[in-house]
Amino acid sequence: MKHTISVLLQNKPGVLSRVTGLFSGRGFNIESLSVAQTLEQDVSCLTLVTSGEDTIIEQITKQLHKLIDVIKVTDMCEHDNVEREMALIRVKAEAHTRAEVLRIVDIFRGKVIDVGPKSYVVEITGKASKLQAVIDILRPIGIQEIVRSGTIAMTRAQKS
Amino acid sequence: MKLTGAQAFLKCLEEHGVEVIFGYPGGALIDVYDELMKNDKIHHVLTRHEQAAVHAADAYGRVKGEVGVALVTSGPGATNAVTGIASAYLDSIPLIVFTGQVPTKLIGNDAFQEVDIVGITRPITKHNYLVKDADELVPIIREAFHLAKTGRPGPVLIDMPKDVLATRITYPELKPISMRTYKPTYEPHPGQVEKACQAMLKAKKPVIYAGGGVILSNANEELTELARRLDIPVTMTLMGLGGFPGTDPLSMGMLGMHGTYFANMAVANCDLLIAVGARFDDRVTGRIDAFAPHAEIIHIDIDPSSISKNVRVDIPIVADCKNALDAINAWFARSTEFNAKACLEKNRPWHEQIKEWKIKHPLGYVEETDIIKPQFVIQKLHELTGGDAIITTEVGQHQMWTAQFYHFNKPRQFATSGGLGVMGYGFPAAIGAQMAAPDKIVIDIAGDGSIQMNIQELATCRQEKLPVKVAILNNGYLGMVRQWQELFYNKQYSSTVMEVAPDFVKVAEAYGAVGLRATKPSEVEPVIREALKINNTVFMDFVIAREEGVYPMVPAGKATTEMLLV
Repeated sequence: MKHTISVLLQNKPGVLSRVTGLFSGRGFNIESLSVAQTLEQDVSCLTLVTSGEDTIIEQITKQLHKLIDVIKVTDMCEHDNVEREMALIRVKAEAHTRAEVLRIVDIFRGKVIDVGPKSYVVEITGKASKLQAVIDILRPIGIQEIVRSGTIAMTRAQKS
Repeated sequence: MKLTGAQAFLKCLEEHGVEVIFGYPGGALIDVYDELMKNDKIHHVLTRHEQAAVHAADAYGRVKGEVGVALVTSGPGATNAVTGIASAYLDSIPLIVFTGQVPTKLIGNDAFQEVDIVGITRPITKHNYLVKDADELVPIIREAFHLAKTGRPGPVLIDMPKDVLATRITYPELKPISMRTYKPTYEPHPGQVEKACQAMLKAKKPVIYAGGGVILSNANEELTELARRLDIPVTMTLMGLGGFPGTDPLSMGMLGMHGTYFANMAVANCDLLIAVGARFDDRVTGRIDAFAPHAEIIHIDIDPSSISKNVRVDIPIVADCKNALDAINAWFARSTEFNAKACLEKNRPWHEQIKEWKIKHPLGYVEETDIIKPQFVIQKLHELTGGDAIITTEVGQHQMWTAQFYHFNKPRQFATSGGLGVMGYGFPAAIGAQMAAPDKIVIDIAGDGSIQMNIQELATCRQEKLPVKVAILNNGYLGMVRQWQELFYNKQYSSTVMEVAPDFVKVAEAYGAVGLRATKPSEVEPVIREALKINNTVFMDFVIAREEGVYPMVPAGKATTEMLLV
């Protein structure tokens, strides 16, 4: 089963490689990875998506905890949370398809962020499944390039 | 007053009570060595190879119960240290390795004798540091000592660029260490202790399985108290030997691949397995689904990631072994449910069963009159040292025979590379052990293969005037691999025959040490007696039965009940 794990880290050189080295060294897999600074300057948040049986996930969280530079590990699947990914899609946009692409982008609440004579760059955010849906629909029109971010996630506010 | 980085480095070691360090100089470390020469508080042992420096520091720490310190130069000095670091990591040994590094400006330049040792050792250290700012040097060293010895201990590496060691700094004041991200759990959860004690009360066929954690946390007395009060038989891992008296009637010796028949049978049939500071290593468990299949399992360990890693645990207790055992002992001391007499009665059939197994297949070997059996040598070493020597070993058959036949009664009496299995560990470890315990008899029990992996340390022994004794069990083979080839590879002795070997007596003599040889059983005792009398490094070359095997043996991947017996 897929798990999104959120890891708060000391923002120091080499910390990311401690995490990725742990995964490769112990044979855990990483499906996606995203890391950036948090509100605190010396703390980064790393979000990774991995999959495995419960025993593997338990080991992953324990081993992550063991890294000296790791502050906090949260398995997002244990919490009500929101997850997002972003994709930039360069899609063919010639005279007869330009309107169609715009319409699709609009339906998915995406944005066109670069306009070329024969293509658009489309920005879509959402869950992995939504991104996949957009890609599937745009594919027949002609996707030239895709760049996707890793997943980022946040727990929802507690309902009082 | 300002100090250079090198001066601050030594001052910080003194601050931590370091008296002995093991190392090897090089270009990147000249500043430190320059200061060392003026320092009369820290004794530097010049080994003849960086790997040996790290093993020696490792064993020094094990025997003393302190953090061992090694100092090696950049590049090849650092890479040579890698095996030693990995060995300490797998055995959870508190150790700090300081490496020299090229000047900060040259880092990343493929400079002369530059390697990214922080990158290389990331997966084999508890933590590591590159000191980029001279002002950070002392705080980092303090943090490293804290990390190395607390929680689950382990090696920490500090990489020190040459310019950092030359920069003048103000020596920072000593402040209590507080790390936001590192707070090991020492105290057991009372609810878990209660559950564990209830399980122990009920159990009819309990077994204690003790590992290196017992020794690391100095919990041997607490463990002994528990075992004796509740009349529970104890088996130990290789790393746990000495954690419970090996000659105690409750001791079943070692378990696992070369464990005793009765220890393995007891674990396979027990209804409660109490794992203390052990990590369910594959050499212990054999086929995992057949390991203690009927048992409820209690696991005491300070490292949460050890729990339920290999085997599902019913009652985990994350804590320091000593504190957890203390809490358990206290529970039984005040319990009204516990009755010592009833407990003995309840366990009696179980002890009888174990006794039966013991009688059926005791630990033993076939004695011979004209050829030396390796087990006989170890029994004699045990006898003639009163079981009180500090023993180190290399890795292989001799290591397993030592574990089986030298019945360790005390902790910190045995240093061996358990997890990584390093041939070449024992001789430098004996140096470290002898430095830590100058008045003790220190013996490296070695094979003829492994002694050659760090034989150059004869020079270190001589330079430090260490009366280290080395007992070489010489069968002209890489015996453990040969044994596997004999059993599982159609006796194809591929590359395990040591066709060329030195004359170990002459090698010893070449270094100014003493060499003795025994070729017949009747010569074993006189050679050991002679060696123990000599106040010098002695090689004892025991020419042993060439194809003697280590038994019992659980073939890799088999259940521990499927033992090959003598």
